[in-house]
Amino acid sequence: MMAKYLLLKHYRGGPTPVNDVPMEAWTEEEIAAHMRYMHEFAARLEGTGEFVDGQALSLEGTFVRYDGEGRPPVTDGPFAETKDLIAGWFVIDVDSYDRAVELAGELSAAPGAGGKPIHEWLEVRPFLTAPPIVTE
Amino acid sequence: VTSVEEHRLRALTPSVIGVLVRRGADFAAAEDAVQDALVEAVRLWATEPPRDPKGWLVTVAWRKFLDASRADASRRRREELAEEQPAPGPGASVDDTLQLYFLCAHPSLTPASAVALTLRAVGGLSTRQIAQAYLVPEATMAQRISRAKKTVSDVRFDQPGDVATVLRVLYLVFNEGYSGDLDLAAEAIRLTRQLAAVIDHEEVAGLLALMLLHHARRSARTRADGSLVPLAQQDRNLWDTRLIAEGVEVLQTVLARDRIGEFQAQAAIAALHADARTAEETDWVQIVGWYDELVRLTDSPVVRLNRAVAVGEADGPRAGLAAVAKLDPTLPRHAAVAAYLHERDGDVAIAARLYAEAARQASNIQERDHLTRQAARLNDGRRG
Repeated sequence: MMAKYLLLKHYRGGPTPVNDVPMEAWTEEEIAAHMRYMHEFAARLEGTGEFVDGQALSLEGTFVRYDGEGRPPVTDGPFAETKDLIAGWFVIDVDSYDRAVELAGELSAAPGAGGKPIHEWLEVRPFLTAPPIVTE
Repeated sequence: VTSVEEHRLRALTPSVIGVLVRRGADFAAAEDAVQDALVEAVRLWATEPPRDPKGWLVTVAWRKFLDASRADASRRRREELAEEQPAPGPGASVDDTLQLYFLCAHPSLTPASAVALTLRAVGGLSTRQIAQAYLVPEATMAQRISRAKKTVSDVRFDQPGDVATVLRVLYLVFNEGYSGDLDLAAEAIRLTRQLAAVIDHEEVAGLLALMLLHHARRSARTRADGSLVPLAQQDRNLWDTRLIAEGVEVLQTVLARDRIGEFQAQAAIAALHADARTAEETDWVQIVGWYDELVRLTDSPVVRLNRAVAVGEADGPRAGLAAVAKLDPTLPRHAAVAAYLHERDGDVAIAARLYAEAARQASNIQERDHLTRQAARLNDGRRG
């Protein structure tokens, strides 16, 4: 039955992608082709009834933590050399784990430098669900 | 429109779609037209309830269908068909309803598509309600339903279907456990009752009994904070005795026919739990017997794992662990079952480790939290 998965795009932290050229070194046309591929991927998911959410995150963020009663939260960063940077995600609702992996594979084929697939590593994480009613 | 009236209104959905299809509308267009008519009914019936609700819906839905197909090139053909169609006979409504269950659970559909289509075309729910219940955007659910309609567009409406596929869909709706404004468990029970009214089949009765007996425990199943209460710890005074009585009666009637299927066997297990006034009074020996039956019927590893729990209760934790040892350790909830049996066997250290492992593997939040608490309880006890 349907299950939701997060397809998480890390910019750093995972294994090094095959086509590992930073985006600022691409041509404008290559960047446009990459963006077009992402939009088409989202549109295709909407068409198949598997799309739940897709978001891109600002590359710079702030770390925040509680600092005790009556004190404002402590903030830190942004850090230039964050080890693992989350760039964005898709949330999909699919019939099987295999389908989630298949879609992640498609997303990872987005074109990069030289118009060739970037072979980017994506992390596939299942959502926790509500408990089933019949368990015995 | 109150919820009782809304249920009565939605119950008319499949037979009204059936009338339109018999008049020559294709299923997809008929279904859309009836949805539009339902929206209008909700708006108008509050002040002006019609004397003949079904007749009203047929008239309005047919008008909507003609409006929608007016722009269509095949309009003339459809209108001619409408002229030719004889009025539906007395049995038509029952047959139409059953045919719609078959069509919406057609084997060419994925389970998720069959669920969505069933809730809309048989249940009369709107795409928005279904999308909210399954936590996806409305546009996504609309696409899923529209693709499902395309998938079954070549299926002949009067083609006989398989009850087993329908029951699997209804079981999924019941068991998914998602909740929002829409009570999917109650909706599944309504649809299964409606199915039981149009077809005499042992497993339909079995599934209905199963749903009623589990639904009866609903208030006891979770605490106010949403956490799970295991069956053995549930306050049995909170169980709904009216639902239990109905479930047991449906089950006993059908068991007497001696045509056992998996839903009847599962319902029998639920009935034995319902029969025990305290967890200690549970007749585990009989429950193991029903699990043996279920293993024979399904040969499912998940059933074997649940059987091991029952064996642990009937013959002691060592016997349960011996049964677990024969099963694939990658089975979902394998570690959770082993943890429970080891704890009962007095092996607290192993149990705590297995509970923590089971929590990491859990596929739902409540179970993960429950298992984490079990591990914490045992670790705490060992420190103290």
